[in-house]
Amino acid sequence: MSQKPEKLIDKKGLRLDGRKPDELRPIKIEVGALSNADGSAYIEQGKNKILAAVYGPKEVHPKHMALPDRMVLRCRYHMAPFSVQERKSPAPSRREIELSKVIREAVEPAIFMEYYPRTAIDVFVEVLQADGSTRCASITAASLALADAGIPMRDLVAACSAGKVDDTIVLDLMDTEDKVGSADVPVAFMPNLGVITLLQMDGILTPEEFEKTVNLAIEGCRKIYALQKEALRSKYISVKEVEE
Amino acid sequence: MPTFFEKRQLVTPGDLLAEGDYIAGENAYKEGGKIYAARTGLVEYEEKKVSVVALRAFYIPKVGDTVIGTVVEVGFNGWTVDINSPYMAILRATEVLSRPFKPQKNDLTEVLDVGDLVVAKIVAYDRTHDPQLSVNEPGLGKITRGQIVKITPTKIPRVIGKKGSMISLIKQETGCHIILGHNGVILITGKSLEDEELAMIAIRKIDEESHTTGLTDRISQLIKKEKEKKGGSQE
Repeated sequence: MSQKPEKLIDKKGLRLDGRKPDELRPIKIEVGALSNADGSAYIEQGKNKILAAVYGPKEVHPKHMALPDRMVLRCRYHMAPFSVQERKSPAPSRREIELSKVIREAVEPAIFMEYYPRTAIDVFVEVLQADGSTRCASITAASLALADAGIPMRDLVAACSAGKVDDTIVLDLMDTEDKVGSADVPVAFMPNLGVITLLQMDGILTPEEFEKTVNLAIEGCRKIYALQKEALRSKYISVKEVEE
Repeated sequence: MPTFFEKRQLVTPGDLLAEGDYIAGENAYKEGGKIYAARTGLVEYEEKKVSVVALRAFYIPKVGDTVIGTVVEVGFNGWTVDINSPYMAILRATEVLSRPFKPQKNDLTEVLDVGDLVVAKIVAYDRTHDPQLSVNEPGLGKITRGQIVKITPTKIPRVIGKKGSMISLIKQETGCHIILGHNGVILITGKSLEDEELAMIAIRKIDEESHTTGLTDRISQLIKKEKEKKGGSQE
């Protein structure tokens, strides 16, 4: 893994893992994976393995953090020490603190924050195995966990990244493409409302390339959104099928 | 004015339910003339009102609701009660003790202590204040015997059934006395432990399968089967 691959896209136009430029990694989503949390979701996106758990709404502790007119959303993104090639210290790093904020701000617009004042919702995102675009997979899982907890939401938030690798615009970057490629654009999107809740860019793109990349990422979000809905439904439909 | 789902179909947050001259009911919201779902649940269309019966939700206090709660704190002039909701409820000492009381003389732990269960009614609640409880009615007060089952609060109407058909079925078949707390906590008191357990099994099944049809018949069958099993093992 440590040596840099010469080419990220081969002569046939396929990527390192054999995907086409506009193809997502295989995704598996499970809702309600944890029984002790109020809501939870587990996502596998390629080699990414991420668990999200939601607790609340509940009374705010410490009490001075409570807001009189709205809920408080708290989020913790954490990578397990064994989630990456070299052991990661379990203490929250600068990057994890930033990602916690980014995930919080990406899912907050979806929640009716003003419904239950003086309460708090805690979201815990645990990355068990990381392989690029974990922030996007985390947002996808966190919004599902919130929906599973029965928190009123405007829409589910789906997130997906796109970027530029070897002068080609590609969808859903994996770790090597993220590190060696020339640009990475993560996007979080609420498909039914057409609202972007997260848009970042790392690297250099021309305005035309940027537009193309964002549109490709939004297409990816729509595909992930369909999978999210399917996962949320299947939790209840499976009960029905057993009975009939 | 189209609608996009059939009645009682499963929807997820963000699903477009209806467009045009409709009113958003429970767990639905309106934006730009369109009605969307806000929770996972079963969609209901009643004339102009579009609502979602949530499959998973937490309890939000409502004045007049009967609730079952646990005492978590004893204060100087009252108790703090956990009513299975984001908000803690307050039960004042003056509500429980009919005579005037003095915090210096009366020990509140003698009346209700931490861990005690109470059946109470919500008498006051709004966005800015925690709910207040009262036990000044027959049937309310400290729970001394019976069993507790917790279910999703939104499924309480399902346990009651159409015009009380489900709850009266369970009461009749098991011979148990059942108090339903609107906060999803149910108290069952019966003549024997077996009766109580039977009622618990039935209620748990309703919780799991609340979104399916023909549930009353299945519960009736379940109770009969369980009764036969028990009868068989005794002989």
